[in-house]
Amino acid sequence: MDVQALSGGFADTPREAAQAFRAALTAMARPGRIEDVAGARPPAPLSVAAGTLLLVLADPATPVHLAGPLDRPEIRDWLRFHTGAPLSDRAGAVFAVGRWADLLPLDAYSLGTPDYPDRSATLIVEMDALDATGARLTGPGIETSHGLSLPEISAFRANRARFPLGLDFFFTAGVRLAALPRSTHVEAV
Amino acid sequence: MTQAEIRGEAPGADYTFAYLDEQTKRMIRRALLKALAVPGYQVPFASREMPMPYGWGTGGVQVSAAVLTPEDTLKVIDQGADDTTNAVSIRKFFQKTAGIAVTEHTGEATVIQTRHRIPEAPLTEGQILVYQVPIPEPLRFLEPRETETRRMHALEEYGLMHVKLYEDIARHGEIATAYAYPVKIEGRYVMDPSPIPKFDNPKLRMAAIQLFGAGREQRIYALPPYTEVVSLDFEDHPFVPGKAEGACALCGSETSYLDEVIVDDRGGRMFVCSDTDYCAGRRAAGYRGEMAAEEGGA
Repeated sequence: MDVQALSGGFADTPREAAQAFRAALTAMARPGRIEDVAGARPPAPLSVAAGTLLLVLADPATPVHLAGPLDRPEIRDWLRFHTGAPLSDRAGAVFAVGRWADLLPLDAYSLGTPDYPDRSATLIVEMDALDATGARLTGPGIETSHGLSLPEISAFRANRARFPLGLDFFFTAGVRLAALPRSTHVEAV
Repeated sequence: MTQAEIRGEAPGADYTFAYLDEQTKRMIRRALLKALAVPGYQVPFASREMPMPYGWGTGGVQVSAAVLTPEDTLKVIDQGADDTTNAVSIRKFFQKTAGIAVTEHTGEATVIQTRHRIPEAPLTEGQILVYQVPIPEPLRFLEPRETETRRMHALEEYGLMHVKLYEDIARHGEIATAYAYPVKIEGRYVMDPSPIPKFDNPKLRMAAIQLFGAGREQRIYALPPYTEVVSLDFEDHPFVPGKAEGACALCGSETSYLDEVIVDDRGGRMFVCSDTDYCAGRRAAGYRGEMAAEEGGA
């Protein structure tokens, strides 16, 4: 293990994790709303926002799938040291992180079961940028409608059609994050 | 002498921020995110022993501990009141273990933990309302088996709930359920809004985030802002959010939810706002009810 893997975690975990979780909670409760987070300094190319989400949410109970080029020794070591999360394939993952093209196909992830729809995967999608234009979002958490730059439309419409089963998404770019739960209706504009 | 006092630190410094260990908070936080993603669905979580008995808001306390940040201002109400035992002890618990600011004013709070009421003042976007829930399963008294109620939610099989409301009408001439009145969320899950009076049901669609924690029953559920919440009813017996007829004897409000208080042993009674902060705010603004003068003399 490289000694670099030992750094880049929270300095004051209870407080920093609480602040970062509040941003994640607000994002999930208000789909399309962009929040800033800080705290983690993960190895490149993992973004600060994606690294912070993993520090806040991942632990030995949550297998994590590193998609595509993120599945490299520095990131594996960093994740294992700071969270203790086991690495996993798509099917066993509670969290999956990577760029959109590397995360596909979506049907490989757990969607939950009719009795336990909460047992579905959460995908952390690394983006170049996030802004409030693009797809039109409506549904719980949104007063009228909200815009968000999504990587595509049809996959999220198919995901919504399976409600209450389905995947939930965080989108991360640098220190910014937004969320798209399965309950959100997505339309192209 | 506590360890913190020996080290010359502030009281409560012996505790990790907001009491719960990080592993527990992560587990609760993951449950909260899934609860927001499937509004109205009850997410199981591994409820912890808290330094207070079940029934005293251990579910709400665990949810609050998982969402509080050092910058938050906490308000705790019990049946609308800031000054009852349950509210005071939970407020003190977080003052001690999280060192956060507290308030009794609804407008100043960022996190409000509540037992059985929604504040009268409309909540805003920056606020989170945390409910203490005794029995999260709306179907529990109709079907005691967890395996069955879970399957009924999965199949969206809610006929039994309508039968219950129908039997109310057959016996009493109206739907007699006055609190914990069942609601349907976004046309999918039937949810128990916790034992709030049905007067509060129309407020469930609000700008704030609503989180529900049931400690003994080990369930967490949530309503994102502006989620569609429909109180179950029939076309010929529509939902009516009832309250006691009358006005608050202290502030004169005719629109707030009222508690009945027996004042003597000859049948004398008065009605007062259940929301103490709302009532105090109105009195500070100069509103007076019919018994307000006696309050000063008592």
